[in-house]
Amino acid sequence: MGGLQIPMEHVLALAGLLFSCGLMGLMLRRNIIFMLMSLEVMLNAAALAFVAAGAYWGQADGQVIFLLILTVAAAEVAVGLGLVLQIQRRFKTLDMDQANRLQG
Amino acid sequence: MNLIPLIPFFPLASAALLLLTTGRMPRGIAAVLGAGSVGLSALCVALTAQQFLATGEIQQITLWTWMAIDGFTPGIAFYVDGLTVVMMSVITGVGFLIHLYSIEFMWEDESLCRYFTYMNLFVAAMLLLVMADNLLLLYLGWEGVGVCSYLLVGFWYRDPANGAAARKAFVVTRIGDTAMALGLFLLLAELGTLDIQPLMAQAANQWQAGDTLPIIAAALLLGGAVGKSAQLPLHTWLPDAMAGPTPVSALIHAATMVTAGVYLIARTYGLFLLAPPVLEAVAWIGLATLLLAAFTAMAQHDIKRILAYSTISQIGYMFLALGVGAFASGIFHLMTHAFFKALLFLAAGAVIHCLHHEHNIFRMGGLRSRLPVVFASFLIGSAALAALPFTSGFYSKDAILLSAWELEGIGPWLWAGGLLGALLTSIYSFRLVFIVFFGETQTEPDKQPGWKMAAPLLLLCVLSLIGGWFALPLAGVFPAGEGHGVNHTIEVISIGTPLLGLLIAYLLFLGRQVSISSLVESPTGARLKDFWFSGWRIDSLYDALWVRPYCAVAQWWQNEPVDKFYNAVVSLSQWAHRRLLVTQSGELRWYATTMVMALVLMLAFMLRNAP
Amino acid sequence: MMEVLFYIAGFVALTATIAALTRANAAHALIYLIVSLLAVAVLFFLMGAPFAAALEIVIYAGAIMVLFVFVIMMLNLGDAGVSREQQLLAGRIWILPGIMAGLLLLELLLAMDNASGATSGNVVAPKAVGITLFGPYLLAVEIASMLLLSALVGAYHLGRRFIVRRGEH
Repeated sequence: MGGLQIPMEHVLALAGLLFSCGLMGLMLRRNIIFMLMSLEVMLNAAALAFVAAGAYWGQADGQVIFLLILTVAAAEVAVGLGLVLQIQRRFKTLDMDQANRLQG
Repeated sequence: MNLIPLIPFFPLASAALLLLTTGRMPRGIAAVLGAGSVGLSALCVALTAQQFLATGEIQQITLWTWMAIDGFTPGIAFYVDGLTVVMMSVITGVGFLIHLYSIEFMWEDESLCRYFTYMNLFVAAMLLLVMADNLLLLYLGWEGVGVCSYLLVGFWYRDPANGAAARKAFVVTRIGDTAMALGLFLLLAELGTLDIQPLMAQAANQWQAGDTLPIIAAALLLGGAVGKSAQLPLHTWLPDAMAGPTPVSALIHAATMVTAGVYLIARTYGLFLLAPPVLEAVAWIGLATLLLAAFTAMAQHDIKRILAYSTISQIGYMFLALGVGAFASGIFHLMTHAFFKALLFLAAGAVIHCLHHEHNIFRMGGLRSRLPVVFASFLIGSAALAALPFTSGFYSKDAILLSAWELEGIGPWLWAGGLLGALLTSIYSFRLVFIVFFGETQTEPDKQPGWKMAAPLLLLCVLSLIGGWFALPLAGVFPAGEGHGVNHTIEVISIGTPLLGLLIAYLLFLGRQVSISSLVESPTGARLKDFWFSGWRIDSLYDALWVRPYCAVAQWWQNEPVDKFYNAVVSLSQWAHRRLLVTQSGELRWYATTMVMALVLMLAFMLRNAP
Repeated sequence: MMEVLFYIAGFVALTATIAALTRANAAHALIYLIVSLLAVAVLFFLMGAPFAAALEIVIYAGAIMVLFVFVIMMLNLGDAGVSREQQLLAGRIWILPGIMAGLLLLELLLAMDNASGATSGNVVAPKAVGITLFGPYLLAVEIASMLLLSALVGAYHLGRRFIVRRGEH
């Protein structure tokens, strides 16, 4: 079936809401796993906005950017989770408030 | 063969030789070099003077051009006219006698070579000063004598008091030297040249009498003269400079260096004639100084300090003479003063030398029979100083007082002050004679002066007596109009006053016929005596006015107050650093939160114009 | 009527996200997140971007989230972890992030005031996407592949257990 015609304000408002939720989670949670999850939420929200823009113009560029965002998210998660493993081994905790050795 | 360049050359070469061999020369050779070079110089001066008196021809010799900058080309050039001949004769003649005397006086001192180095250097610089054709070379000699004065006053440098006296002499004269330098700058800028004769001609062309610029220039030169000649207000260094060896005091602080100021004013008289207020100031400075110093001399008890204050007073007379326009009389008094003051200083040196370095006159006495030659010298010297009739001092001082009387307006006041000064001079000089040479002997002399000390003393005695009969060849130097009529009343008063002073001194100090001890010991009397003894408290005044504030500022400045500003900058940034450090908590959440805060603010700023 | 689907899917995505970020148990939160991603994929499909929707499910939900699951299982947080998280989430910790996020949302909405129009109803086929990728965006593809390579190497290195030899720290 063909695509729907959805008002842009609504789509972008939804993207904005999702982004704010992710931001809230980033500022709120102390556990590094949850912080990474919040980052994923934010990236997803941005991707939604891009795809919506591509749909507005009827071109493929939006989806191409979405693909690149996906790539970035994958790379970031891979490295980030490796770091999480190291943090767990060294600090024996996943609480990021304890990892303040760069203080001062 | 021109002898003129040789005149400063001999002492200069001797000084250089002694300097280069730094004390390794045997004492005998050093002494011969030291005195002999000045002797040779004196010989050349005598030949030059003879030639000058015969022909009356002014010689101007340029050795080489010192510098050439944009039209200003002073040279190492000598200008020999009557005034120069008089000055050179005094310097080398009296200088040679003093050098001869010094050989015996300083023979036991370990630094004899250093002494003669400095003395020869001094004579060379002084000769440069008086022979200079341009003011820049004169200033070179001026500075040279200042340096040598410092070196010689602080000769026995191991005693810090001598060093302090030397520094005081140097610093106080330096103030005058700075004024003089400013005057030279002004003259160069306005007149374009510093050669003395062309300068005076140009000044007469360019300026009228009473213009501002010649007044300023003359006042600045006067500042230099006041410093070097120890007049009010820059006279405080001379009594302390008696810390040097006595021949040094005789040469530098009686006969030659302190007369440099008088010479300067006489040499540039043309400039001073264009500035009548300054000339009047010269006369008043001379008068004030001579009275102040005369009162102070009466209250002193150190033999050399009495003579030092006496020198200050007599130079005041020379300034007085210059101020009333009697330039030739001033130079005449300069010459006679050189004779009798050098005589007095050398005789005092003989007393000190033979009494194992006793300086207090109240611990001497009755030396009339013990040191006859010295007694005779002192007697003749004091007579000349007091201007008793037919001594050289009588003729010169009389001429000055007569010229003062004849000046319109302020003349009679100057004359009255000069007369009072003459009375006081007579009193204090005979006080000195009576206390030291009469009465009971308190300290016995342990040796007699040898021929090297006695011969100069005798020669100077002769000169002090016959010096008044010399006719100085100053005819072509100063403007005419100094001849004065004979005023018998003034002459009688001039003869009588010193005799009156002699009588008073006799009554008070020889055998105490009349006792004023009750007056002296009364409260006002004691306070007055203290006041005069301290030189009218001028030293304390300067101490409170200049020295203490300067030292206080220097003390405060040692804490590096300017650094406080830079340290404050550092402290401020460190304080700000510590305050801002609180935001670096190391917590990831906090960083994210602050980033969001900034983002919110930026968006708010960008959206402020949104509908 | 078909537009309603959009709003339903949107609602599901939003609720699942909020739920994901407020759980104490990491595994639960992950599942909620996957639900949210699936809802967003539906949104893509509705907007006429089937390729994006497929990618969202396959890569995002299927690879990245699975990676998360593996790591959480490896870390073995357990009940102690759950209770700790619950403690940390209570109280005044909500105030400042709440205000900040709310302000940001407000500004985003304000910025969008003059956005108008609607998505076109056209479907952008995967073929078109492929042609665009290997046409104008070729360089980006190459760089993305290099990025993935560096991530691979980095992740391998970071995840290694370091063996401490005698004499070294």
